[in-house]
Amino acid sequence: MSIVFDKPHALTDAPLHYCPGCTHGIIHRLVAKAIDDLDIEGSTVGVAPVGCAVMAYNYFACDMVEAAHGRAPAVATGLKRAMPDNIIFTYQGDGDLASIGMAETVHAATRNENITVIFVNNAIYGMTGGQMAPTSLPGQVTQTSPYGRDVKLCGYPIKICELLSRLDGPEYIERVAVNNVKNIKAAEKAIKKAFENQINKKGFSLIEVISSCPTNWGMTPEKALSWIEENMIPYYPLGVYKDRSAEKKEGEQQ
Amino acid sequence: MTDKVLMKGNEAIAEAAIAAGCRHYFGYPITPQTEIAAYMAKRMPKIGGVFLQAESEIAAINMVYGVAAAGKRAMTSSSSPGISLKSEGISYIAGCDLPALIVNVQRGGPGLGGIQPSQSDYFQATRGGGHGDYHMIVLAPAYVQEMADLTLRGFDLADIYRMPVMILADGTIGQMMEPVKMKEYTPLNISKDWAVTGTKMKRVHNIVNSLCLEPEQLEESNFKRYERYKAVLEKEPMYEEYLTDDADIIIAAFGIAARVSKNAVNEARKMGIRVGLIRPVTLWPFPKKAFEKAADRAKAFISVELSMGQMIEDVELAVHCRRPVYLCNRVGGMIPSPEQVLSKIKEVEENLKK
Repeated sequence: MSIVFDKPHALTDAPLHYCPGCTHGIIHRLVAKAIDDLDIEGSTVGVAPVGCAVMAYNYFACDMVEAAHGRAPAVATGLKRAMPDNIIFTYQGDGDLASIGMAETVHAATRNENITVIFVNNAIYGMTGGQMAPTSLPGQVTQTSPYGRDVKLCGYPIKICELLSRLDGPEYIERVAVNNVKNIKAAEKAIKKAFENQINKKGFSLIEVISSCPTNWGMTPEKALSWIEENMIPYYPLGVYKDRSAEKKEGEQQ
Repeated sequence: MTDKVLMKGNEAIAEAAIAAGCRHYFGYPITPQTEIAAYMAKRMPKIGGVFLQAESEIAAINMVYGVAAAGKRAMTSSSSPGISLKSEGISYIAGCDLPALIVNVQRGGPGLGGIQPSQSDYFQATRGGGHGDYHMIVLAPAYVQEMADLTLRGFDLADIYRMPVMILADGTIGQMMEPVKMKEYTPLNISKDWAVTGTKMKRVHNIVNSLCLEPEQLEESNFKRYERYKAVLEKEPMYEEYLTDDADIIIAAFGIAARVSKNAVNEARKMGIRVGLIRPVTLWPFPKKAFEKAADRAKAFISVELSMGQMIEDVELAVHCRRPVYLCNRVGGMIPSPEQVLSKIKEVEENLKK
């Protein structure tokens, strides 16, 4: 019997600790598959965040570093500057990347640091039990916004792709989702491109992945996936926000 | 570089770091240590090294963490308020057992404080500074020459014991110019098989990490780390003794305070007062034994500090409170004068006669 579906080599055999229905598993798989497809496992070093993916260092088979909350892009900068020929990626959630680590994120992007950033946006702090995230939607009920996110009190969600794409620095910024097969296929392509850009020394690539958190959203996994479609994607439109190499090519053609 | 060169203390640190094979420096401007960054910005690109001005002290220490995880020598420098920001990263570096060199050219505090010299980060440096049980090796230069020598030594100690090392200088030594002779340096040959350099598909992945959710395991890792610290405490204390053999009064002072105190000791000796000086060069490990031994003969101690009295606690602990320990200090960027120290010596001498 031929194998039609297998675990990527770049994932270890450690059982994932994620909640049932959580899409981190899919995203881990997509990252690992990109590493397999590009045959870079032996030279890749990943940086895990603080948040739900804190134990990602157990799941990826490449060398791994666990960073302090929000500091992954700075740690990745150190790794990349020390080993320019290695492939360095960070895997971060919304609290990590868009709240406490905002400075590190923006500055790694503006330096066009040649790293790959996987940004998992599920609009909530999962690991600590469901508090309001910088990306929680207006009106979204969380443990720390029990009456719904009041934008007058705590402002609006941060749209990372829109924000970073206004910088001159970064090479590639794209937002994808993993709530259905079509979107997962697009996410796979985007993540692979983000690694290819690094191999080709093009610079900073960030892929924002709209993800679900059934446990803390208080929904069934299935309902959570439709909530992405109905609420998250309208607020966070999918697509390529910046592709400097493509822009350059277009410029040459004109 | 074997000839003597006139250098600023901060520049001596930078040049010594390069001599030690450090090719990665990350910093953020803050007075009075910015010369280190400026020097690195000039030199690093010319020798294939990396100078990067980080977006914050927090980012800078985390860049150091990244380079250290890759198994290479890295350093950052700052001054007091910036070191507070770096303390998070230093705790992680300690928790991951990574070697790194951190320079603190101290200024007066607390808060934004001032930009003049101080030694008021003694507690922060010797007790860890960040969260959790950990230590840094803390080296306290008193001369520009020592800024260079202790930087070389600091990188070695960091690698040998896999822990962060801090150069605890102050604004005076940082800004002062003195002749420096760069020592011949042979790099250590230490295997860093724990580094995350890529598996090359030849080994199981390395993980640099300080998270440990199993309390028994976390306890065990703390115990193991403290076994290493025990070796540091036994082998690495450094200090200078000056005229202590027959001394009735011993001054404890490090850095610029020790230089001032030496003048006062010389003056007091002319007056027939038997006073000596112990200058800790390592603040952690504190040279306990030197003080313990001195307490057998000396009748009193004076801790001369540019702080409200921080090292004095270690002196009291080292002499097991067998002898009185007096404080002679200035703070806020002020430096005690030799006259102030001398009058304290006379006062203590009078007390002893009573």
